[in-house]
Amino acid sequence: MEAFVNAVLLTLLAVVTVAVIRQRSMFGVVILAGIYSFLMASVMVALDAVDVAMTEASVGAGISTIVFLATLHLTNTRENPRPRNVMLPLFVSGVVGAALIWGTFTLPPFGIADAPIHMHTVPHYLQQSIRETGVPNVVTAVLADYRSFDTLGEVTVIFTGGIGVMLLLKGRRRRQDRNGGISGT
Amino acid sequence: MKLDVILRIGVKLILPFLLLFAFYVHFHGEYGPGGGFQAGVMSAAMVILYGLIFGIDAAKRVVPQRFVELLIPIGVLLYVAAGIPAFFEGHRFLDYGVLSDDAVQGRVLGVLIIETGVLITVAGAMTAIFYAFAERGRG
Repeated sequence: MEAFVNAVLLTLLAVVTVAVIRQRSMFGVVILAGIYSFLMASVMVALDAVDVAMTEASVGAGISTIVFLATLHLTNTRENPRPRNVMLPLFVSGVVGAALIWGTFTLPPFGIADAPIHMHTVPHYLQQSIRETGVPNVVTAVLADYRSFDTLGEVTVIFTGGIGVMLLLKGRRRRQDRNGGISGT
Repeated sequence: MKLDVILRIGVKLILPFLLLFAFYVHFHGEYGPGGGFQAGVMSAAMVILYGLIFGIDAAKRVVPQRFVELLIPIGVLLYVAAGIPAFFEGHRFLDYGVLSDDAVQGRVLGVLIIETGVLITVAGAMTAIFYAFAERGRG
């Protein structure tokens, strides 16, 4: 049953990806990207990674879609004509894809319990986290306590991102018509 | 403007539950999935949804732009502040055990404080980005 659900979700992901590539209207691309995020969130639920699924659904499908739509309002909604020579992009994506698939050959089997990553600190977290931190959810205990410094870095990234967008968009407005941009009305 | 009555009433009905769910996700993050980040995104989504339906000016009257932009650094500072007290007791940065007499209670408190910091920064940043885009769109 789980294999069937995964197969359906991954097939839909591939279909949406092809649809994104073929879509010329940027509006359609944004909506398809939102659908892709929701499918990805469903895959995360199937993998029992509920925290990631929640983030993917709210940020990937929610906020990102809004921000993309707002960007379309500022720029053009049609994609520029396709470049004539498709051989180089095809070659690059083919080589990168092959390298990624080649890399998976040396990974331990999927979902196996004694993979190296589960042998190092994970047993300690699973057995001791509630006694040491008092937080029943191990994910929260790792993110907010054991790896608190990483989370501080992530918050700083969001801080920097917010400040960066505000600097870019809220600066003094210059009334010049950018290439293909909207002329201020 | 008359035809969107369903949207307006629907959004008005949804908003309080959205905020309630955001707080549930935040305070329940120690037990179930979620935490400050997801709760922050949901709080921002509430303001964004209100702004989309009732207009950006109405949203700014409820949640002023200046306030939202102030939230971004406040969250980071709150996070860092949770780590400072450890210095005075000879512990390492972000060792929350010192926040209470009982080390485990201190760590629970520390997790709650930093999750609140994450919530404040994320909610502020997402809403500020939305405001910046909406303002620019008026050109």
